[in-house]
Amino acid sequence: MITTEENIKTLHDTVLAKLKENFGDAIISSAIDYDFPVFVVRRENVFAVLKFLKEEAELNFHFLTTMCALHYPENPGKEFGMMYQLHNMPKNFRIRLKIFIPGNDLEIPTVTSLWATANWMERQEYDFFGVIFTGHPNLKRILNMDDITFFPLRKEFPLEDQTRDDKNDSMFGR
Amino acid sequence: MLDGTENIELVQEEKKEYTTLNLGPTHPATHGIFQNVLKMDGEKIIEAEPTIGYIHRAFEKLAERRPYAQITTITDRLNYCSSPINNMGWHMTVEKLIGAKLPKRVEYMRVVVMELSRIADHIICNSVVGVDTGAMTGFLYVFQWREFIYEIFEEMCGARLTTNIGRIGGFEKNWNEKVWIKLDRFMKEFPAILKEFEKLLVRNRIFMDRTIGVGPIKGDRALEYGFTGPNLRAAGIDYDVRVMNPYSSYEDFDFIIPVGQNGDTYDRFMVREQEMWESYSIITQAMKKIDRKENLFHGDVPEFYLPPKEDVYNHMEALIYHFKIVMGETDIPVGEVYHAVEGGNGELGFYLVSDGGRTPYRLHFRRPCFIYYQAYPEMIKNGMLSDAILTMSSMNVIAGELDA
Repeated sequence: MITTEENIKTLHDTVLAKLKENFGDAIISSAIDYDFPVFVVRRENVFAVLKFLKEEAELNFHFLTTMCALHYPENPGKEFGMMYQLHNMPKNFRIRLKIFIPGNDLEIPTVTSLWATANWMERQEYDFFGVIFTGHPNLKRILNMDDITFFPLRKEFPLEDQTRDDKNDSMFGR
Repeated sequence: MLDGTENIELVQEEKKEYTTLNLGPTHPATHGIFQNVLKMDGEKIIEAEPTIGYIHRAFEKLAERRPYAQITTITDRLNYCSSPINNMGWHMTVEKLIGAKLPKRVEYMRVVVMELSRIADHIICNSVVGVDTGAMTGFLYVFQWREFIYEIFEEMCGARLTTNIGRIGGFEKNWNEKVWIKLDRFMKEFPAILKEFEKLLVRNRIFMDRTIGVGPIKGDRALEYGFTGPNLRAAGIDYDVRVMNPYSSYEDFDFIIPVGQNGDTYDRFMVREQEMWESYSIITQAMKKIDRKENLFHGDVPEFYLPPKEDVYNHMEALIYHFKIVMGETDIPVGEVYHAVEGGNGELGFYLVSDGGRTPYRLHFRRPCFIYYQAYPEMIKNGMLSDAILTMSSMNVIAGELDA
């Protein structure tokens, strides 16, 4: 099935109806962002929602395409986010699922029991953002060395050397 | 993790002695920086634990401080065996974000470049599988043609390995006469070479004995592990991004998706071999569709595509656009896009979060190598050490893409 705007709209409505029916107000919001239906859900329900999406007969999102963490330090109460992208290959359904969590409580249930591939993906996000995946079989750093004490992809670590004052970027973008 | 104190550890278990062997990180047989700590029973592998990150360069972080056009050079260094596919994938991601539509001619030119680099990628992988089974000849033989593909790239953009080819919105210049001459020569002479290479290996007794049944993975297990690309297709699942979610006008071309049955080394080899023929056929079709005389090589996106230098000096509009692009003053839409291309190893995805600034707010690469390499310990379990080497090269794990 080739994805058209109409198909994406239908997919969005179907998934939203099913999620609303089963999880009620656990679904915070939904939207269509370019060619992806996006659903924001509560952290408490994320595992149940993903399990439901994987196992529901019609939707059957059997493939975890990717996941990644997000950091918005300016959003109080939801500084960190997690994005999951699911795919149903035979029907070519693709959706994105997001959760937002406060910066002082970074625990998210692991989905390694649903998809074996989540193992390294979660380790990567732990490595770079410090998101704790509870129940993960082997949650340790993967790309960085074991003994660093910080999480480098967080926004509080800007790339340029902050002690420099000979460069003024205020005029041109960031 | 090893801390240097337990170099060779002998474990007594059920009256058996296991050996711990540190394969890598710089082992000549692994073609890259890969470390695996193996627990061995003689020649047999009982357990393996891969350690990765030896050439990690924090691309996702680097990208957060680079203007969009400068991120192309980062993508070069993901899967450096087929950089043009990564470049094009990135351009298309940004084009999706800004809503640019490109002329068909440009899209077909991209298809030619991407399929050429797919051939270059598969040539390396398959000939290295040959080397690991002890057949050096085929490798040296087809490498000349990988070299020739690089000459074509060099003629198009000036670079060979890390190409930085194309721009957001099209190509930097039209293809000159020499490109077409070289392309024609490649199309004329390559099939005979590939056929000869196949004759050397495909029905070769030694090669078949070494590869059939080695490092297998079942289709459903491969899906669970997030396999994509030739490795997934070798396990019998016909998922190809080019067909499922066509980009760059792939829907205009006629080609088949080759699939294997057992997901073993031989199937992976054969799927890649067949894919090269399909790529060859796609290039043939695309070259027929491109009007060689026409001088159309980029879309109408003046806010992102640098104007010709003589216009910058002589026209106000062009000067303004030039200034805005170089200084990063162009308005970028706020939004999140995901775009995936069929890379040499599978679904190469770009997840781009834009907050309207001149650099991405967050850029995440879905790197197929990183995702499927975690199945490696399971695939080499209970096999021989020499088979483990073969399995790795047939999976085409590229260190640049693995570590990013």
